[in-house]
Amino acid sequence: MSIEISHVGKRFGDFVALDNVSVSIPSGRLTALLGPSGGGKSTLLRIIAGLEHADTGRIEIDGVDATRLPPQKRNVGFVFQHYAAFKHLSVRRNVAFGLEIRKRPKDEIDRRVDELLALVHLQQFGERLPAQLSGGQRQRMALARALAVEPTVLLLDEPFGALDAKVRKELRDWLRRLHDEVHVTTVFVTHDQAEALEVADEIVVINDGRVEQTGSPDDLYDRPANEFVMRFLGPVTQLDDQLVRPHDLQIHTRPEPSTVAGRATRITRVGFEIRVEVTTITGQVVTVTLTRNEFLALGLRNDAAVHLRIAPNSPTTAVATTDQPSSTSPSLAASH
Amino acid sequence: MADRSTLARTPIGRRPGRYVLRLVVTAYLFFLVAWPLYLVGRNTFADGFASLADVLTDPDVVHALRLTVVIAVTAVVINTVFGVGISLLLVRYHFPGKRALNVLLDMPLSVSPIVVGLALVLVYGGRDGWFGPTLEAAGLQIIFAVPGMVLATVFVALPLVIREVVPVLQELGDEQEQAARSLGANALQTFRRITLPSIKWGVIYGVVLSLARSLGEFGAVKVVSGNVLGETRTSTLVVEEKYLNFDKAGAYATAFLLALVAVACIIVVSVLRPKEER
Repeated sequence: MSIEISHVGKRFGDFVALDNVSVSIPSGRLTALLGPSGGGKSTLLRIIAGLEHADTGRIEIDGVDATRLPPQKRNVGFVFQHYAAFKHLSVRRNVAFGLEIRKRPKDEIDRRVDELLALVHLQQFGERLPAQLSGGQRQRMALARALAVEPTVLLLDEPFGALDAKVRKELRDWLRRLHDEVHVTTVFVTHDQAEALEVADEIVVINDGRVEQTGSPDDLYDRPANEFVMRFLGPVTQLDDQLVRPHDLQIHTRPEPSTVAGRATRITRVGFEIRVEVTTITGQVVTVTLTRNEFLALGLRNDAAVHLRIAPNSPTTAVATTDQPSSTSPSLAASH
Repeated sequence: MADRSTLARTPIGRRPGRYVLRLVVTAYLFFLVAWPLYLVGRNTFADGFASLADVLTDPDVVHALRLTVVIAVTAVVINTVFGVGISLLLVRYHFPGKRALNVLLDMPLSVSPIVVGLALVLVYGGRDGWFGPTLEAAGLQIIFAVPGMVLATVFVALPLVIREVVPVLQELGDEQEQAARSLGANALQTFRRITLPSIKWGVIYGVVLSLARSLGEFGAVKVVSGNVLGETRTSTLVVEEKYLNFDKAGAYATAFLLALVAVACIIVVSVLRPKEER
């Protein structure tokens, strides 16, 4: 049930969506394809499903060469961002669709649909039309529909992207629990690093049509392969030529070995954490985040003299381009 | 908030201009459509059911009515099959020349039907047509026969199904079709189970418009039919013939029958069509 992707390339006109991508997706795990919009991750997922054809390379699903197989022969379940509910069919008929196509006996279909509706908590909605469901319910229906055919792999394309924050959080937890029950090899596409870190066993970071890094959430967070992965997975700030997480910086009121001197130029409280902007003697603006207790213990004020250093054993990356004046990445805002 | 909502409503909702507009539109439609049609009906029934009975017992007229229905239904079937096919091609596929095809599809609406008739004679004419002599040698007469009349009717009503179905297909998108494919459905199953039910009302509306248009076709059919009494004379040609021969009662009665069918089609569809759509 593993998926082997080797040397896959795809162009849309002049645009290179995927550039010689090779990934191996392990069997029975929940894998996230993570990356910015337009990076090629959805294209890769659609190529796995057969909804798009690779220009070059090879796709193997469960040991079978699927490169030239049409989607209906691949036995994959696909869940779309905008649900793709069959609007003219009831919830039951939606879920039963794949089984009806496979001409299974009526009582078997009924039994299986009942099971699946129970699994996605939609038992009492079977006779409704998709238009009468909420977004979260529609996506659960779509998931049940994809699972009905007992796919070898389940593919989800930004499955929670169209839902509001609260429902997204609920469905994310629910998907994790569902996967623990069902164990089908699952690949989902997301641009939300928190979603990937929270739900996935394995993360494949894709950017500009290339794989940046593959590994477990811990691997990626603690040992980012490059600047891009470091920046994409969470807030970063820059001290000298090192990229570091703002919470991995220590602030001291006195000089210590290997500290950099500076002044606290701005102090902002964001919920449970305090964000301190420090301008170093070289004029670099560095963001440090502290907990409330750490902050109170230090007794910092605006314009106080401070000394910074990176906490030992923290993940850091050297910056390739040093001309960047601002130290915070755009993902800082998104992740808080 | 209260100020804003009244402000928002006044321009369209409260001004006397609204009633003037209503009056103008109603009067316009009344004098252009309703009153003339009503007069056709009144003239038909001027001597009770006599003229209608006369028309319906005349074997030539009955033949013409039957011929009209056969030609119209055949043309509608052809236009529906090709119309849905061409719509799918236009919406779901990209190919060079797509814009040219799109323009070509509007030609039948912009070209006068009589030109269509003449053009068909040039191509399929039995004596000196481009393609006609070959077909005639094979025993297939197109011009001055039913096939040519069907052809002319198909041509004239060609865009009606397409122009109804294309926007529905565009609105629908292809995600549901992709979902069906990924669930194991082949192209035919996907079309029958997913696409067709979703575009059903567009197709039905297109069919009704085509039917109404096909029943009423006159110019193109007149040129290609040869207008042979009891053979290739359709109902519209009967109306003209009777009118020119001062059989006004017969002309009105036949015209009334034609209008009746067309109006019935449109009423049936607007009753059937679910309220939430359109």
